[in-house]
Amino acid sequence: MKQKNVVRSLFVALLIAAFPLAALAEVNLLNVSYDPTREFYQDFNASFARYWQKKSGETVVVKQSHGGSGKQARAVIDGLGAAVVTLALAYDIDEIHDKAKLIPENWQKRLPNNSSPYTSTIVFLVRKGNPKHIKDWNDLVKPGISVITPNPKTSGGARWNYLAAWAYALKQKGGNEAKAKEFVTRLYKNVPVLDSGARGSTNTFVQRGLGDVLLAWENEAFLAVNELGKDKFEIVVPSVSILAEPPVTVVDKVVDKKGTRKVAEEYLKYLYTPEGQELAAKHYYRPTDKKVAARYARVFPKVKLVTIDGEFGGWRKAQKTHFADGGVFDQIYAPGK
Amino acid sequence: MKIMRLKSLKMEGGVLPGFGPTLGYTVFYLSLIVLIPLSALVFKTMSLSWHEFLAEVTSARVLASYRLTFGTAFLAALVNAVFGVLTAWVLVRYRFPGKKVIDALVDLPFALPTAVAGITLATVYSGNGWIGRYLEPLGIKVAYTPLGILVAMTFIGLPFVVRTVQPVLEELEAEVEEAAVCLGANRWQTFRRVLFPTILPALLTGFALAFARAVGEYGSIIFIAGNMPMVSEITPLLIITKLEQYDYAGATAVASVMLGASFILLLAINLLQWSSRRYAER
Repeated sequence: MKQKNVVRSLFVALLIAAFPLAALAEVNLLNVSYDPTREFYQDFNASFARYWQKKSGETVVVKQSHGGSGKQARAVIDGLGAAVVTLALAYDIDEIHDKAKLIPENWQKRLPNNSSPYTSTIVFLVRKGNPKHIKDWNDLVKPGISVITPNPKTSGGARWNYLAAWAYALKQKGGNEAKAKEFVTRLYKNVPVLDSGARGSTNTFVQRGLGDVLLAWENEAFLAVNELGKDKFEIVVPSVSILAEPPVTVVDKVVDKKGTRKVAEEYLKYLYTPEGQELAAKHYYRPTDKKVAARYARVFPKVKLVTIDGEFGGWRKAQKTHFADGGVFDQIYAPGK
Repeated sequence: MKIMRLKSLKMEGGVLPGFGPTLGYTVFYLSLIVLIPLSALVFKTMSLSWHEFLAEVTSARVLASYRLTFGTAFLAALVNAVFGVLTAWVLVRYRFPGKKVIDALVDLPFALPTAVAGITLATVYSGNGWIGRYLEPLGIKVAYTPLGILVAMTFIGLPFVVRTVQPVLEELEAEVEEAAVCLGANRWQTFRRVLFPTILPALLTGFALAFARAVGEYGSIIFIAGNMPMVSEITPLLIITKLEQYDYAGATAVASVMLGASFILLLAINLLQWSSRRYAER
């Protein structure tokens, strides 16, 4: 009887001792990302966990957090312990340096391609058969066309939309700043609803049946067509669009405190490997790896793409000129116009 | 019976122990939950100079959003006051099959996540929705207009008036009305002189709660408002917009103005309620 008790208590003691050991062998990472990457990172995290288990024997569990890009950046600034951030635009990550000094200023130089392992662009989603014959940006400013796009002041994706339209106007014959401003003003006069985020706009267009054309992330447009039926929507690729680079970085202060720098860096590097690139392409992000890109060339149409650095002098400048309070976008809606 | 209970309570000094500790806990609790976060808000606003603060909170877009937010919240609370009293009356005075279900239905806007409410309302009232498709041909657009905001605010404020007026009506015995009728009062007089003064304090409380809730609402309105600058942009959205630009000081400045205005309005309603209660007691 007594012996049985001893055995039992030993067993319990063993269990208690083993518990923290099990916890030690498991590494936790938090990836703070933006809205449309949810499905991609689910697949990617599983793939990385297998890779890392094989390589180091450690079990890594990557937790995901998704939301509007700006909101996510603010959460990290306010202390959400993100090991890595993978956001919609560099400006939001810049703020993590500016406001909280969690990362060095040159963070974007640390990984290839401006720290953007995959890219995307802005395309049009129109209703089946393209009843309003929308082919390019200049069709969007015609009277009677209703354009759905979110509010650039609250949505990262919407800023890419706006800048792509601006870039198109600049590239036209005799295009200049004043003409571009007039062009986007006319464009936004055709916008009946400004949702606060990209998914909200997709819903307005798809579920509520509002608008003739939706300006969308390429991956969101593919998702809408493939999930909701090829018989309902078509993708139209404009003559000029913008190269959207959603960048990634390790959050230095967090990984150094938790001692997870190595695995976090490996996690981001894995995004650049053929496996990671393949997964990105499967989820309709344009891969940067040449070989993978060649394999998916059929999926992604060739577009003339301008870059934010080349055309707008970087995000900080674009943000200040166009989207800050009193900037060009606010002037479009200034009273008396 | 009532007098006896009052007396016994007075002798023991109430069920809860002593004035000191209870007030202490109240102050501590209020500070922790309400005052400390709010003072942080004011503190953050202080990083602006007085001039910047004024420019921030009186820009044309912000002013338009105040008008929209407070105006529609007031209208929504008014609608709820009228129909809330009616609902409470029906629930108290009549017995009918399915009464329990209707009673429970009233609380639903409390329980529903506001985003769900917003998406549902937008679906129903948009041009291809169940209700919207019949209103649109009549030239009435609800979703993505200020009218949509009113609908959402009315929806989320519905339970307040019903739930504050209901217990008062329950306590009001039908004999009081009968007595009034016996003394020669007609229906309107009975309502105005007997019923209304009794329920007025509770009605004002319900109105104030519904109003405050509507002013602060964000989640449901955002989906149905359309969010066009100067037209259908509510103040909470402007605050979020400022946060999105990492303009913490600007956001808190607008928020503190909103807070101040709400506080003054609620205080005014409470004073009104207090005087109406004195009137009713006379």
